[in-house]
Amino acid sequence: MANTQNLEFSGSLGRFPSVKTSLAIITGVMMLVDLYLIFMVAPTDSVLGHVQRVFYFHVPIAIMSFLAFFAVFIFSLMYLGKRTPKWDAIAHASGEVGVVFVTLALLTGIIWARPVWNTWWTWEPRLTTTMILWLIYVAYLMVRSYAPTQSKGAIYAAVVGIVGFIDVPIVYYSVVWWRSIHPSPVVGPFAQSDSLDGTMYLILLYSFITFIFFFVYMVTERMELRSTEEALGRIRFTLRRKGR
Amino acid sequence: MGLLGPVMIIVWKDVLLEFRSRDLLISVVVFGLLVVVVFNFTLNNTPGRSEELAPGILWAAFAFAAVLAMNRAFVRDQEQGGLEGLLISPVSRDAIFLGKALTSLIFMLLVEAVLLPVYAVMLDFSALSWTLMLTIFLGTLGFAVVGTLFSAMAVQTRSREIMLSVLFFPVLLPVIIAAVEASTRAIGGETFIGLGRWLPLIGVFDALFLVICPWVFAFVVEE
Repeated sequence: MANTQNLEFSGSLGRFPSVKTSLAIITGVMMLVDLYLIFMVAPTDSVLGHVQRVFYFHVPIAIMSFLAFFAVFIFSLMYLGKRTPKWDAIAHASGEVGVVFVTLALLTGIIWARPVWNTWWTWEPRLTTTMILWLIYVAYLMVRSYAPTQSKGAIYAAVVGIVGFIDVPIVYYSVVWWRSIHPSPVVGPFAQSDSLDGTMYLILLYSFITFIFFFVYMVTERMELRSTEEALGRIRFTLRRKGR
Repeated sequence: MGLLGPVMIIVWKDVLLEFRSRDLLISVVVFGLLVVVVFNFTLNNTPGRSEELAPGILWAAFAFAAVLAMNRAFVRDQEQGGLEGLLISPVSRDAIFLGKALTSLIFMLLVEAVLLPVYAVMLDFSALSWTLMLTIFLGTLGFAVVGTLFSAMAVQTRSREIMLSVLFFPVLLPVIIAAVEASTRAIGGETFIGLGRWLPLIGVFDALFLVICPWVFAFVVEE
């Protein structure tokens, strides 16, 4: 056990709770309150019924995934400029959590679309762009892990993070224009957003704040995991050298 | 030396290599013919529907052929260590990128020049339209610019063939959509105005990535 002091524990052993732990507690409490609000307090939609409640998850998750990819873009630019490993760590964690969020946004969207639009999927601009986002950021994660070295992977990923983000508005407009000549059977998507009453709006806002905390917590957790991975890599390297 | 000199030398090197081995162009042309045969049956093409299906088949074939050709763009340099030689030579990274992109553009245009008349016969549409030519040129330019950047990354990764496709298709989707729409109109006999905003969309894409790609390329190839 003599070597344990080399392992950099950033936990909260006998000190104040770390930022991560406090975030976990806050997020957990907020999430429970959010669930209570969504399923107990929020009024049932008169037209759509209970399925409308997926909306309180779907909208914050979708917006957070876009913000996550914006963060990837900003921190990728900063990483290419300054080569500070921390910027890459933030971009990496945001990208990974962003992919999870965008997957959830697609899944909750599909749950919503089936009863309301009577179809699982339609090539509507927002849906198509979200699908392309998913593909671009899966490629972002793939290029990072398939690169020859970790530092190359960081640079390649930053390049994809920049090029991909700039591409997203072009994808969106090309699909909007494409749709204006190939109308799909669905009429008036997201038309329900005008009909939100006061309580619904407040709960949506609360849910959004909850998911911001959830996102930040996930990103810090992922960053800590990465620094643990790196510490483990160093230990393994040292042990291998000593064993020789 | 300006920018143009080194660019032309790099292009000439690759054209000469290709001219002596001929392994890329012939295989891509054959692949392009295979694609049209496969699509003919998977889409159940009948004479009446040909005009409607032709632009889609055309661009699916061009996009797949572009990925196939672009996969090879850096392989020779990578295997023989030629890229290191290029990088230590007193040539700007922009020149290397532009040279590589121009080579890919020339190769793709050559392949398309062979394939287009064949497609016009097989799919029964009129290829003699300068709006169609312009669409093909602009679309291929977009493929070449973004494809060269991604190819330089993909060649270094494991499973590089798949990596290039995974990167290439989502980012190039706007070009593919716009090129198909513009080609549909061009084949239908529309003039430049009739093509609407699709050609400007490809033009904006090309211009934007002609600025961004050389800049980020310098990071991709650095040691």
